[in-house]
Amino acid sequence: MIEPGNDDAITPGTEGTLAVREEPIANPGLPAHQWRPTDVDDRAAKRAERQIAAMFVLSMICAVLFVVAYLTLEIGDNFDTFIGLGASTVALGLALGFALLFIGIGIIQWARKLMGDHEIMEMRHPAASSAEDRKETLAALALGAEESGIARRPLVRNTLLGSLGFLGLPLVILLRDLGPSNAEVADAEAGTGLQHTIWKKGMRLVRDVIGTPIKASELEIGDLVNAAPEALFPTEENGYPEIEGVALNVQKAKGAIILVKMEPDEIKSAKGRENWTVDGLICYSKICTHVGCPISLYERTTHHVLCPCHQSTFDLADSARVIFGPAHRSLPQLPLAVDAEGYLIAQSDFDEPVGASYWEREKQ
Amino acid sequence: MRLLNRSAGRVSRHRRGPVAALVVLLLGLLLTGGLYTALAPAQAEQAQSDVELIAEGRKLFLVGCATCHGQNAEGLETVREGYLKGPSLVGSGAAAVHFQVGTGRMPMARPEQQAPRKEAAYTEGEIEAMAAFVASLAPGPAIPTEQDYSIAGLSEAEREEAIVRGGQIFLTNCTACHNFNGRGGALQRGGYAPSLHGVEDKYIYEALLTGPQQMPNFSNGNLSPEQKRDLIAYINSIEDAPAYGGFGLGDLGPVSEGLFGWLFIGVLVGFAIWIAAHTTRSTRAPHIEEGAEA
Repeated sequence: MIEPGNDDAITPGTEGTLAVREEPIANPGLPAHQWRPTDVDDRAAKRAERQIAAMFVLSMICAVLFVVAYLTLEIGDNFDTFIGLGASTVALGLALGFALLFIGIGIIQWARKLMGDHEIMEMRHPAASSAEDRKETLAALALGAEESGIARRPLVRNTLLGSLGFLGLPLVILLRDLGPSNAEVADAEAGTGLQHTIWKKGMRLVRDVIGTPIKASELEIGDLVNAAPEALFPTEENGYPEIEGVALNVQKAKGAIILVKMEPDEIKSAKGRENWTVDGLICYSKICTHVGCPISLYERTTHHVLCPCHQSTFDLADSARVIFGPAHRSLPQLPLAVDAEGYLIAQSDFDEPVGASYWEREKQ
Repeated sequence: MRLLNRSAGRVSRHRRGPVAALVVLLLGLLLTGGLYTALAPAQAEQAQSDVELIAEGRKLFLVGCATCHGQNAEGLETVREGYLKGPSLVGSGAAAVHFQVGTGRMPMARPEQQAPRKEAAYTEGEIEAMAAFVASLAPGPAIPTEQDYSIAGLSEAEREEAIVRGGQIFLTNCTACHNFNGRGGALQRGGYAPSLHGVEDKYIYEALLTGPQQMPNFSNGNLSPEQKRDLIAYINSIEDAPAYGGFGLGDLGPVSEGLFGWLFIGVLVGFAIWIAAHTTRSTRAPHIEEGAEA
C-alpha cells in the first residue's frame, strides 16, 4: 500500500512499480535507563522507606483523631466552635482528608522511590479472533438456527414475538395505576387537581407565614406583599376547616401569590381584566409557569419579576407577560376586590391552572 | 467589689471634713445646670429650630441634590422619554433621605444603574437638615427611632421568639433578592441586591420603609413595625452566628462553592502531574551484578 504524501518512503522500482522501503527511519529504541538515587544508594533507599512508613503512620494518627473528634466534639444546637466555624465539621473534615492524603502521598512516594521504574515495551496485536475461531462460531450459530427450526416454523416465531410484546401491557397498566389521575382528583369546589386552587370567591388575602389580612388602603406604591389564601390559616374567627399534611403542602404550593401596588395608570389591563385590580393593586400567582419555582424577585421601577431558576422575566404591569426566558405563558392573575371591612379578597379562583405545563392542560 | 467598698469607705471618711459641704453644693449646682442646658432650651426653641433646619436643608439640597432632582425636588427628566435624571422626592420622606445620604448612596458619583454604598458625604446634622427639608415638601415616612428596630427591651424568651418570627418573614420576603443568608445577589441589567451583613439596623428599617432603588416597599401596611423589628433581629442573629458547616465562601451558594471545587481539583491534578514528572535521577549505575538484567 502506498500512501499519498509519504514520498520519502517510496523509491522508484522497475517499470511503473514502486517498492516500499522497509524502515525509512531507523528505530532509535528506548533511551538508556537512568537510575534513581534509591536504586544505587542503599542509604537513600532506607531513608525513602522510612519516609513512606512515616506517611502511613501519620494517616493512622489522623484516622484516630477522626474518631476522637467524632466522639468528643459537641454538635447540635450548642455546637463547639473553632475560629467561628463548627469545630466538629472542621475537625472531621481535616482528619479524614489528611488520613486519605497521607496514604496517597505514601503510595506515590513508594512508586517514585522504591518500585521498579524501568520502561517496558509491549507490541500491539490484532483485536479480531483467528479465522478458524470465527468460522467455527458462525457454523455453530447456523446449526443452532437450523435445528431450532425458527426459519421453517413462522407460527412459533411470530407467537413468540407477540408474547414478548404483550408483556408490555402489565407494565403499562401498573405504571398507569400508580396514583389517581389528575382528572379523577380535580374538583373546583375543594380546590384539588392541577387546574384548581383553594382560592374562592370572597376569600381574603393574608400575609404569608404571618396570616393577617391585608387592608387595601394601608399599602403604598411600590409595596410587594408575599401573600397566601386565608384558608391556609384557619382560626375560629374565619371558620375555615383545618387542613394538614400533604393536602396543606399542595394547597400552599398552588395558592401562593405576589401582590404589588403601582401607579394605577401604569397598569395595562388585558381585555376582560379591567376590574381585576384595586387602586393600583395587582395580584399574580407566585408560581413560575416554566417549571414551577416560587418567584418574588421584584423590581419596583421596571415592574419586572424574575425567576431565580431559569431567569424567566415577567412584566407585572402588562398582565405578567413573559419578556425573557424559557417560560411560555404569563403568570395567572388573581382577580381582586375589597370586602366591607376594607380587606383584600379574591373575586374567584384563578381562571387558568397555575404553574408548569402538564399533558391535559390545554384540553380542559 | 472590695475595691468599691474601699473607695466608698474613703469618701465616707471625708464626709465630715471642712470642705465637704462646699463640694456637695458645687456638685448639685453643676448637675442642675447641666441638666437644664441639655433639656430645657431644646424644647423652648423647637419650633424656631425646625424652620431653621428646613432652611439649612434647602440650602444644602440646592447645592448637592438639585442638579438631578430639580430645585424643588420635583425630579428631572432627560431628553429620552421615560429616562429620569433624578426622580421626584416629594413624599419620599425623611427616612429616604436619611438612608440614601447616610449610606453615601446619594449624591451619586456618576449616573449608573445602581448607586453603591460609599463613605457618606455629609455629617449627621447636615443629613438631618436635608431630611427635614424633603419631609417638609409632603408627608412621608419619618426617620425611625431606636425603639422601632431594637429588641433590647424584651426578655430573653421574647427575643428568641422575635428572632424566630423574623426568620420566617425573612425567608418569605427577602431571600428572593438578598439570598438565603442576606449576602445579596444579582438583578437585571447590572443592578444588584446588596449584602445585609454589617448594615446598621436603622438603615435596614429605612430601606424597608422606603424601598430604595429597585427594592419594593415594605410599608407599615405591608409588614407592621413589630414585624420589621423582628426581621432586623433575625438579620442581626445570622450576622454573628458561627458557621457550622465550615467556610461559607461568601455564602453565595453553588457559584463560589463550585468554583472552589473545580479550582481545588485542578490544583490537585496539577500537583499530581508535577510529582510524576519530577523524579531525581542518578548518574551512577547500581554496583550490584543484578543491574545487568534491567
